[in-house]
Amino acid sequence: MSLGIAHEPDEILLGFTRALRSAGLAVTHDRATSFLEAASLVGVGDPTATYRAGVATLCGSPDDLVRYSHVFEAWFGAREQLPRTVAREKSREISPPLPMGEPGEELGESVPDVVQAAASDVELLRHRDVAHLKPDEKALLDAMIRALVPRLPRRRAGRRTPWRRGELDMHRTLRTTLRQMGEPGRVEHRRRGTTPRRVVLLVDVSASMRPYVDAILRLAHLVTTSPATMGPKVEVFSLGTRLTRLTLPLRNSDPELALVRAGETVPDWSGGTRLGETLRAFLDRWGARGMARGAVVVVFSDGWERGDASELGQQMQRLHRLAHRVVWVNPHRGKEGYEPVQQGIEAALPHCDEFIAGHSLQAFAEVLEVVGRA
Amino acid sequence: MELTSPESIRFALEGTGYLADDDLATVVYLAHGMQRPLLLEGEPGTGKTALAEALAQLADVPLIRLQCYEGIDATQALYDWDFPRQILHLRTLEAASKVGELDANEAEKSLFDERFLLARPVLQALREAPAVLLIDEVDRADDEFEAFLLEVLSSWSVSIPELGTVTAVTPPTVVLTSNRTRELHDALKRRCLYHWIDHPGLAREVAIVRSRLPEVSRRLAEQVAGLVQQLRDQQLLKPPGVAETLDWARALHRLGVDEIDLETASRTLGAVVKYREDTDRVKQALDRMLAG
Repeated sequence: MSLGIAHEPDEILLGFTRALRSAGLAVTHDRATSFLEAASLVGVGDPTATYRAGVATLCGSPDDLVRYSHVFEAWFGAREQLPRTVAREKSREISPPLPMGEPGEELGESVPDVVQAAASDVELLRHRDVAHLKPDEKALLDAMIRALVPRLPRRRAGRRTPWRRGELDMHRTLRTTLRQMGEPGRVEHRRRGTTPRRVVLLVDVSASMRPYVDAILRLAHLVTTSPATMGPKVEVFSLGTRLTRLTLPLRNSDPELALVRAGETVPDWSGGTRLGETLRAFLDRWGARGMARGAVVVVFSDGWERGDASELGQQMQRLHRLAHRVVWVNPHRGKEGYEPVQQGIEAALPHCDEFIAGHSLQAFAEVLEVVGRA
Repeated sequence: MELTSPESIRFALEGTGYLADDDLATVVYLAHGMQRPLLLEGEPGTGKTALAEALAQLADVPLIRLQCYEGIDATQALYDWDFPRQILHLRTLEAASKVGELDANEAEKSLFDERFLLARPVLQALREAPAVLLIDEVDRADDEFEAFLLEVLSSWSVSIPELGTVTAVTPPTVVLTSNRTRELHDALKRRCLYHWIDHPGLAREVAIVRSRLPEVSRRLAEQVAGLVQQLRDQQLLKPPGVAETLDWARALHRLGVDEIDLETASRTLGAVVKYREDTDRVKQALDRMLAG
């Protein structure tokens, strides 16, 4: 690595970590320090060794590796013209959140007031199709989605909890005995407790779903951040032409910001659909390893599949075998005269436990209810 | 053994029968030099656990393994008191001493003694260091457990209120493995050196089979590795790992086969392919793969 202007090796390496950070890797100061240490151990003069040192200290997942190698190439690779540019994923169209009708600040603290004042509209709005709302109604709907209360389904856990009858709890009985200096006391019992089940939300972000995606992502954001359900048991992915994990962007507590972050993360916003392939990507990379195992998986999609639907059928069958429950939410189902005739939905339906509408607030509440008691 | 460069690590590992590539050797070298835990991720059956075993063999230190599972907590990872024995001890004291002569303080003190302490893997590793501590499938444990690991891995010490603090003289070599069923917390990742283990290429896989199973003929090893490499491109539900390659070679060797043909291959397919859908797909493609 010969540069026209002389720089200290430390500076060059630290600059590299900065470039990585702007390319989206989570490079913190301590990681950068470990990188310097590792690089000095293997010898800074050796590019491959430096590369490996960086992989070990700066990357945290296979996704990082690809970006890392791009930035490494751009930073250290030979090139003629300056200035240096950092390889970034190509910019993409982000559909902005719909404009608020009235000044948006009302949404903040005064949510209950908004909801109360508009109480009569609420009943009407509950059943209206999300796709046909005016901007001010949309703002109200967003507030109403925030007011829904999600709940995680529960499953039997391996861990025992104290109970008044059931199997004998030797450990606790002995402890009581010990507390009384060996005098036999009460016989304690225990049983298997429950623990929250994982919920995986797969949101189709293709063009045909466009009118609904904003509301669905708000719903996903609610499930991700609501006090009752937040934590590691909720995962959100977008489906389209490729699979994107949205869990981390959606963990932001501000819904507007979270949606913008999610929009920045999704590269195939309002693009085509390859449901079968993206579903397979999900199952291969995440699902089969444990994320879908025993989980409640909710697919938000209209089932418009470009190309052959048999792949989708196969993958849904696979998903169904892994998951505890598969729920398919189709916004078009709520419309009058809807028949599940699209190829995709025809292939997928036999492998779903529930098939529900997802076009109105009422339907969203039903989705949460179905998930909660699964 | 002098471990002064990635190459020397690679040779040393080769001596134990573990064939590492340069990337992995560099990471192991760095983990050794920087005294950092090593976080290995990768497909099942790519030799994550085997690396820890090889490292223990290499340094001639004990391998201490902590298998993680959902709900694992500090009493299973660190230490626990042996309650039944403590009660027995108390009863014995009571029976042996006359009424009024048992000093309550002394009796209590004698309860929290080394001999009633059940050392679980992490404490064991700290005490027996130098050792290799393998924390297997850490992604299966809960978040709280990760936070707890973080504490131990950064300070290399554990405090037991009744006994005092146990600190490792030399920090143990720590290997964490994860199958990525969930994303680990970034704080834990930051403390570790990260490496993603991929499936090996053909030449290295043959070498692995040869070194692990010296009794298998070269021809058979090449054939098996070649077939498995092709199987990985078949978009199977579960692509076979190195462990499956070894199983298959072992199975064929047991049957006294020196050269795979269509019949022996399909008869022993159960050693590599574990799903019915995969079996169907592979059986259809097998003759083509054997020819090619």
